[in-house]
Amino acid sequence: MLKDATAIVGIGQTPFAKQLPETEKALACRAILAALDDAGIDPSEVDAFASYTMEETDEVEVAKAIGAGDVTFFSKVGYGGGGSCATVGHLAAAVATGQASVGVAWRSRKRGSGPRPWKNTAVQLPTPGQWTRPFGLLRPADEIGMLARRYMHEYGATRDHLFNVALACRNRANQNPAAIMYERPLTREMYMTARWISEPLCLFDNCLETDGALACVIVSAERARDCRQKPVYVHSAAQGLPAQHHGMVNYWNDDPLSGPAWTAARHLWKQADFGPADVDVAQIYDAFTPLVPLSLEGYGFCGRGEGGAFTEGGALEIGGRLPLNTGGGGLSEAYVHGFNLINEGVKQLRGTSTAQVPDAATCLVTAGEGVPTSAILLRS
Amino acid sequence: MLTPVVDEDGAPFWEYAARGELRVQACAAPDCGELRFPPRPCCPHCRSFDSEWRLMSGRGRIWSYVLPHPPLLPEYAAQAPYNAVLVELLDDPRIRLVGNVVAAPDAPLNSLDPARLRIGAPVRVAFTEVDGVTVPRWLLERA
Ligand SMILES: [Zn+2]
Repeated sequence: MLKDATAIVGIGQTPFAKQLPETEKALACRAILAALDDAGIDPSEVDAFASYTMEETDEVEVAKAIGAGDVTFFSKVGYGGGGSCATVGHLAAAVATGQASVGVAWRSRKRGSGPRPWKNTAVQLPTPGQWTRPFGLLRPADEIGMLARRYMHEYGATRDHLFNVALACRNRANQNPAAIMYERPLTREMYMTARWISEPLCLFDNCLETDGALACVIVSAERARDCRQKPVYVHSAAQGLPAQHHGMVNYWNDDPLSGPAWTAARHLWKQADFGPADVDVAQIYDAFTPLVPLSLEGYGFCGRGEGGAFTEGGALEIGGRLPLNTGGGGLSEAYVHGFNLINEGVKQLRGTSTAQVPDAATCLVTAGEGVPTSAILLRS
Repeated sequence: MLTPVVDEDGAPFWEYAARGELRVQACAAPDCGELRFPPRPCCPHCRSFDSEWRLMSGRGRIWSYVLPHPPLLPEYAAQAPYNAVLVELLDDPRIRLVGNVVAAPDAPLNSLDPARLRIGAPVRVAFTEVDGVTVPRWLLERA
């Protein structure tokens, strides 16, 4: 049984910036060493690694650089931002089943200063590419914008609802000195008059391109008791690849607006001792604002089509019904393929967030909706 | 402009398009016949590997659309904002094709006033050649 058998005992991160001088490999090592130091565990004890298939620094390089011991488990999860929570899930499973004892998950990325992947036309996207790219559907914002317009049309969601998402993230970033958007407030007027990226999505509906790296350390619940920090238990973990799903361009599914969140959620809640109403704080993957109302529906915080309305009345703010992305999220803290959401969840349950939800004891963290995804439930 | 990078499963679509025909892959098993898109080696309903390419009416409705603005690849940026639409086919609304609604088959991607686009608008297919490849375009059914 995975439930509470393991805990996150260390977190680490580098600065976040539009441009950092160091390489992705150096940033990865800094974040990992910071996480191990936070846990009070010597790097030589690390025997498991997990990251994303899109991570450029592989475990051979990381293990060598940090001076890890013999490694007995390593794993990489596909589909970009859909992999974030699964890295923790894989390590939790490995540790819980005795395949390893100290696991490190990480993500290092230089998208702030590096090229946009969609500009690389020599590397064609997998098979959907021939059905979308020649028609000028070039970027993730275009692909999600298509679903967003249909969602708004079908359920009456509005740009104000999307603004509510952007604003909640920005308000939390304004409290977080590590966030790229620290001390940079957002107003409704700024949002409504912002330049378009792909109508109906404007500049503020899109995450930040960032340089930075993060990592966390996972050990057994038993070992966690001896670590430096208060353990944050991995209560439930799930991945989700729905039947007939097509990734970002989920246009050929019978129901394109019900995505991987629904599949991951079913398994996540089945394994858990509590439900959506008991979640104190949520870190929901926000590469684009429309992913949040879709995820709120998928993870069962509201009914189908109610995700837009859910954001009204300050529901996503501190003190609201579901405080969201309390570090600022991908929209306003940093976009590091969602790994900052994992570490922020840990901070909330330690009681050390810069936008602390009083007495937070349960946290949902999700990975990218719109691609094969993953999610974890954390508890203190 | 980007031209399709064709895989083995999808090649017939483009070959028929070059003849001015909109065809979609269908299961050729006697008791099945389900349309499927994107093309793939076998039928997800009955797992048959027998397929055929069925002629569509070429009529559909706009399921959704976006208007991309720069930053974009240079040839697309030059036409931005343009529309990219998702058309559901009247033959089977679960078959949806990404495309562009234009004023005439060989008109630029930005040739239609975006104010004329709406979800549910009826469209019909036309074909044009882009860099040696014939691609489908969509025309509004009524002016
Ligand atoms: Zn069949």
